[in-house]
Amino acid sequence: MTRVRRWLPGLLLVMPSLVAVGVFVYGMLGWNFRLAMTDRHDEVSEGSFVGLDNFFSLWSQKPWVISVHHAIVFTAVFVLGALALGWLLAFLMEKGIRGEGTFRAVYLFPMAVSFVATGVVWRWLMNSARDERAVGLNRLFDGLGLDALQWGWFRDQDWGMAAMAIPAIWQISGYVMALFLAGFRGVPEELREAARVDGCAEWQVYRHVVLPLLRPVTLSALIILGHISLKVFDLIVAVSGKQIVTYVPAISMWVAVFDSHDPAKGAAIASYIVLAVSIFVVPYLVWSLRREKRS
Amino acid sequence: MTAATTPATPAAPVPPVRDGRDGRDGGRARTRAGWARGVRLALLLAFLVVFLIPIYVLLVTSFKPLTEADPSRAWALPEVWTFEPWRVAWEKLAPGIVNSVLLAVPGALISAALGSMNGYVLARWRFPGADVLFTLLLFGMFIPYQGVMIPLVQLLVKLNEITEAVTGAQGVFYGAIPGLLLAHVVYGIPICTLIFRNYYVTVPEELIEAARVDGAGMLRTYRSVVLPVSGPAFAVVVIWQFTSMWNDFLFAVFLTGPQSWPTTVMLNNIAGAQTVPYSQQMAAALLASIPTMVVYVLLGRFFMRGLMAGALKG
Repeated sequence: MTRVRRWLPGLLLVMPSLVAVGVFVYGMLGWNFRLAMTDRHDEVSEGSFVGLDNFFSLWSQKPWVISVHHAIVFTAVFVLGALALGWLLAFLMEKGIRGEGTFRAVYLFPMAVSFVATGVVWRWLMNSARDERAVGLNRLFDGLGLDALQWGWFRDQDWGMAAMAIPAIWQISGYVMALFLAGFRGVPEELREAARVDGCAEWQVYRHVVLPLLRPVTLSALIILGHISLKVFDLIVAVSGKQIVTYVPAISMWVAVFDSHDPAKGAAIASYIVLAVSIFVVPYLVWSLRREKRS
Repeated sequence: MTAATTPATPAAPVPPVRDGRDGRDGGRARTRAGWARGVRLALLLAFLVVFLIPIYVLLVTSFKPLTEADPSRAWALPEVWTFEPWRVAWEKLAPGIVNSVLLAVPGALISAALGSMNGYVLARWRFPGADVLFTLLLFGMFIPYQGVMIPLVQLLVKLNEITEAVTGAQGVFYGAIPGLLLAHVVYGIPICTLIFRNYYVTVPEELIEAARVDGAGMLRTYRSVVLPVSGPAFAVVVIWQFTSMWNDFLFAVFLTGPQSWPTTVMLNNIAGAQTVPYSQQMAAALLASIPTMVVYVLLGRFFMRGLMAGALKG
């Protein structure tokens, strides 16, 4: 009895939060999934159970297939780009450099600003008009005599999504840098020194000592980037709106709910997004919990 | 750096700068190290310039009069500096900014209060099964919000009907700030709890035991022992939640209406209209970013800690 009296107040104190998260996260994910399995294709009908029909029928709709293709291109360019740039910036800084605080502050500041705000300037920078009418980067290239670099940016039929990844890389790579910098600084100096004493050249120290120790950080960064990328929404709305050239699943869902007034379809798309993110996140959560238990 | 495992720590301290190896061939190694440092500095400066390009464009364009809106002057400084675009942008954006303040200030405070109590219990006043529940709570941090959006809209619509039936007030939740606030606070519980819990784990157990031995109950211990040392964690959570709520677009676009649009939605409407000149769009984008930029400049240290703790919450 006394033991119960010892922990019961704590449980009561967190109960409201637990119930809220239970309802708003788990309850609503389930509710959404159930809705996705009905034929409620307008906002008035009750809808009856149709199993996984909505999930399958999406694949015969061209915009959906395009949006998935776009998401894959965007994810590949964004994840690799942000990882590479973040790593490079951290690598350049890791031994300490004059003005490090300023560099870090500048690389990181885009994280404090919304995608909607930065989207405004990126839409201008990536304007597809060329030559005389060009503004933004096309104008800059024109002025620098690099005319060949002018292109349609996100309006390009094939590689538009790669252009769309540029603002995202700009926004996030400072954060990746911070993660890697903490990783680099976490490598004990004695280990590097030991390798040097054993006759390793500086690049070999990186190759054999530092980089292997950065693997966990790299994995974390990969997961973070991947999961941001799969649900990207604000940035695309801000830069190009609902145009089909930059359709991604999150935009399809928005259109399904607000323009087509088709809750069941929207719910099915949302379920796919949850599924895609879970593939990244669930194994990672399990992995990091195991790591915590071991240590 | 994993969200689930490491406590929110400040960035690692800077180790002493090493210039090359000392010893017999020190001279040559030093020159090489000097070169390497020069190259690194040059590259970092080049990236610095690239990173600042969008800011240059935003600032320069926002002060240009309409007469200079010609593509040929796209990158040039304004010949005549004008505040007109800022004035117009402020007029258009002001209602959104008011809504965002009404959302983000109370929202951040409520989130911090909840997170603090939850974190305290989960770190120091544990009950059977606390670990499992904490893990389940954490998953809530990682879900893409699209997955709950349609049910959330339906729930808020229901809440509107209920409040109207009971009090007669219309549109209290769906399409209004309280609904958006509720969503942000609830989906913010996991990250806020995580930050506080990881902070309270570092509060010495003896302090809390001592209070217990003196007969203080849970709430008394919280008030007199834990709360007074919670300052840094409160700063991290308040800043994190304020920034998330201020910058959020997804919830806002699904849950609010014209009367309750926060800054981001209004900004997107301004910028999305073909008729609005670039100078006004960019002034509006800058205006919308000022609060979070100020927070970042003044309290960047705490912002960083929130980022690191929320490693997975993009």
